[in-house]
Amino acid sequence: MRYEAPETLKSAVTMLAKEKGLAFVLAGGTDLLVKMKGGFLEPDLVVDIKRIKGVFDITKSATGFKIGAAVPGVALGEHAALVKAWPGIVEGANLIGSKQVQGRCTMVGNLCNGSPAADGVPALIAANAKVVISGPKGKRTIPVEQVPVSPGRISLKKGEIIEAILLPKRPANSSDAYLRFIPRTEMDIAVVSAAVNLTLDGKGTIKDARVVLGAVAPTIIVVPAAAKALIGSKLDAAALAKLAAACSAACKPIDDKRGTIEFRTKVAGVLARRAAEIAYKRAGGK
Amino acid sequence: MSGVHVTTTINGDAVEFVCNADEPLLDVLRNRLGMTGAKEGCGTGDCGACSVTINGRLVCSCLVLGAEIQGAKVGTIEGMAKGDKLHPLQQNFISHAALQCGICTPGFLIAAKALLDKNPDPSEEEIRFGLAGNLCRCTGYDKIVRAVQATAKEMRGA
Repeated sequence: MRYEAPETLKSAVTMLAKEKGLAFVLAGGTDLLVKMKGGFLEPDLVVDIKRIKGVFDITKSATGFKIGAAVPGVALGEHAALVKAWPGIVEGANLIGSKQVQGRCTMVGNLCNGSPAADGVPALIAANAKVVISGPKGKRTIPVEQVPVSPGRISLKKGEIIEAILLPKRPANSSDAYLRFIPRTEMDIAVVSAAVNLTLDGKGTIKDARVVLGAVAPTIIVVPAAAKALIGSKLDAAALAKLAAACSAACKPIDDKRGTIEFRTKVAGVLARRAAEIAYKRAGGK
Repeated sequence: MSGVHVTTTINGDAVEFVCNADEPLLDVLRNRLGMTGAKEGCGTGDCGACSVTINGRLVCSCLVLGAEIQGAKVGTIEGMAKGDKLHPLQQNFISHAALQCGICTPGFLIAAKALLDKNPDPSEEEIRFGLAGNLCRCTGYDKIVRAVQATAKEMRGA
């Protein structure tokens, strides 16, 4: 294996594109190094992107937030403005692993690992977040939900690197929340998860909503019917019941030792309801 | 396998080494630099016995490549005591019997110090969450939590 730590995106892209063997990007390494250690991956080239300018930056501008590809989970939680605007995104990312893992793990890495149970991803999709991709043919920007294709597989082409995540500008009275079910209190993989992103009008009526479920299908899924159930309501019991039913109806989960199909289908609705209640309160709804 | 030449700072000292491209920092510390305080429990980031800090961030040294620490500031358990004077955490781990076999202890001390550096007055819950990435098969954790609580109190008083 060769290790390279280029100082520009351009040279990182060139190295990855030219490599004839197996090449991987290294940022936090909390997935890559475990797979290497276990013998599941034997890379010929690892390209460490952490010496590239801007990869550790969280920047706020008129168009929203930009989060660099190597920003570790712990730094998201330390960024007061980000936590205020997107508490659901930060709580999802901060659920990943221990403090030690938080010191390294990145949201882009969580996304590129391609797991349908990724805790860092549902709230990004609920936020309509985008990723900026640099590749041999230049830059392109795509929605986060277009990155995962199936368990462990993503849509990036050879030589492409996700350099940053873009979060849109936040309208007034907006917030989000993320919840997951795990059989213990900390550090486990989501059996089911739900992210809800809401915007209210001045009177507490939901104007806009986006509901996303994790670990209940081969990829993380957006549930438009669940969002529709919330829009126009003040999150009354009828809207919540419709939300839960829409979420359960959207599930196509696997049956495994961590959760049965029946359990996952039911809990998806429950978590979406609870996440909606948290997001609603955070957005100023009463 | 080509060697990677790395210059870095460990516990304030300039250090230079050559390692393999895929060699974890933990192996560099233990096998090349003779710093055997960090332990390998799992090697996959689950147990925390290999905890160190890199540029002030708590990490598992088994999940970092030696090559990555070029130009970084690394802190290990070997830098915790100042000469013969133990850090209050080390002293309290002894006086509270917060260790038995000792394999997890360096990692707990590094993680506990990282916690107290950020939060000098943690609740018991915050301590337990803060140390959740460190596994101990001997103590049942309670004595470790008491030792950290005692240290926090002592250091706030000082």
